[in-house]
Amino acid sequence: MLDRVWKSTLGKKFLMAVTGTGLVLFVFVHMMGNLQMFLGPEVINRYAAMLQTSIEFLWPARFGLAIFALVHIGTGITLTWQNRQTRDQRYATRKLVKATLASRTMLWTGSFVALYVVYHLLHFTIGTIDLHLAEMKTPDGHRDVYRMLIWAFQDSRVACGYILAMGVLCFHLSHGIGALFQSLGIKKPGYEPLIYRLARLAALGLLVGFVSVPVAVQLGWLQ
Amino acid sequence: MKLKLRVWRQKNAHTPGQFVEYHADNLNPNMSFLEMLDVVNEQIAAKGEEPIAFDHDCREGICGACSCVINGEPHGPHDKVTTCQTYLRSFQDGATVTIEPFRANAFPLIKDLVVDRTAFDRIIQAGGYISVGTGHPPDANSLPVPKPLADLAMDAAACIGCGACVAACKNASAMLFVAAKVSHLNLLPQGQPERDVRALAMVDQMDKEGFGACTVTLSCQAVCPKGISGSFIAKMNRDFLRAMLLNP
Repeated sequence: MLDRVWKSTLGKKFLMAVTGTGLVLFVFVHMMGNLQMFLGPEVINRYAAMLQTSIEFLWPARFGLAIFALVHIGTGITLTWQNRQTRDQRYATRKLVKATLASRTMLWTGSFVALYVVYHLLHFTIGTIDLHLAEMKTPDGHRDVYRMLIWAFQDSRVACGYILAMGVLCFHLSHGIGALFQSLGIKKPGYEPLIYRLARLAALGLLVGFVSVPVAVQLGWLQ
Repeated sequence: MKLKLRVWRQKNAHTPGQFVEYHADNLNPNMSFLEMLDVVNEQIAAKGEEPIAFDHDCREGICGACSCVINGEPHGPHDKVTTCQTYLRSFQDGATVTIEPFRANAFPLIKDLVVDRTAFDRIIQAGGYISVGTGHPPDANSLPVPKPLADLAMDAAACIGCGACVAACKNASAMLFVAAKVSHLNLLPQGQPERDVRALAMVDQMDKEGFGACTVTLSCQAVCPKGISGSFIAKMNRDFLRAMLLNP
């Protein structure tokens, strides 16, 4: 069966959709975490400390996310490569019917997000890009996430890069969230337009949620 | 009316093709697109040249033989219409019209606008049938089919297997065709005994033929002359998944 999952186009799309669903849920939880910035330093620092100290939860989650990301990227690259072998002689004229820009650029937006995630981990989690961030601790020795974010997003280059990356991520998701219902087979005739509308709305919601933090810091609402 | 045609001419699969321009004059706007090609072909033949080869059969929009990508759209500019049911009044007088064959490696070109779509036949052979005992026909209404299921199965069965879905898909994917054929039989009671085997065998054959995967752009649904819904692809995914889980 595993053989069939990997070798068939449907099976690969299924893997892509399952891992995509997991990653989207992570992105949503991450956004909910970020929004705690608006509840003040105590709240978000307590949340961050809770995550950092729950080692039994933290490492399986990190490990699982890494596997999900690798499977998602692996199926994405192999499917794209496979799809490119299907038409040697291209059309001279091609009218784009229906296919959105997001749906045609998934590999590129996905690659950009993957690279940004590496940078993002080096920046905030591992702390090798801005050494100053690692020094920011709360009195009880945990990471002062509130101060870290304020410090990082006060740099307009960091804020702009973050906003751009979130834009690309949510553009990727504007197609991905709707499409995963198709790949997982969760769809009824007639519900199609509703699913795609809600998916785009969800992607927009994620974008607003993520971008609100750097924007608030830049405008001086969060200090 | 007049049209300037840019037609893909290719002698066979091994010779490179190119666009050739033809000026079609004195056309009647109420001619069908294929009738226009007939007229142009008569003029070409009168000059002693090789006429343009194109597929056609019923010319009523139900057989699925006609193809062609007209100005970048399979079956031309109209929704839910085949090439044979496309009329010249849909084009501006004096317009340039580009005519290409359906392009996909799984549909190898035979000549000019004619491509080999037997890959679809092999997918049908893999599982697009039901096995029934021959002999006396069953009594009418002995096999009740709920009305909503009958309607849905009929929607799927409307697929004429023309291949426009493959032609329009950026991945040359045959998902919409295979989904329609799998769903049509898998929805009906007669199709139940072979439900899982059908989903597995038809998808396997589809992959073997070299069609691409689905990116869910739904271009297939947009160009389908029979308006087959993309949600049948979701049903096929569901059936395939079920079949994999139940037949490991």
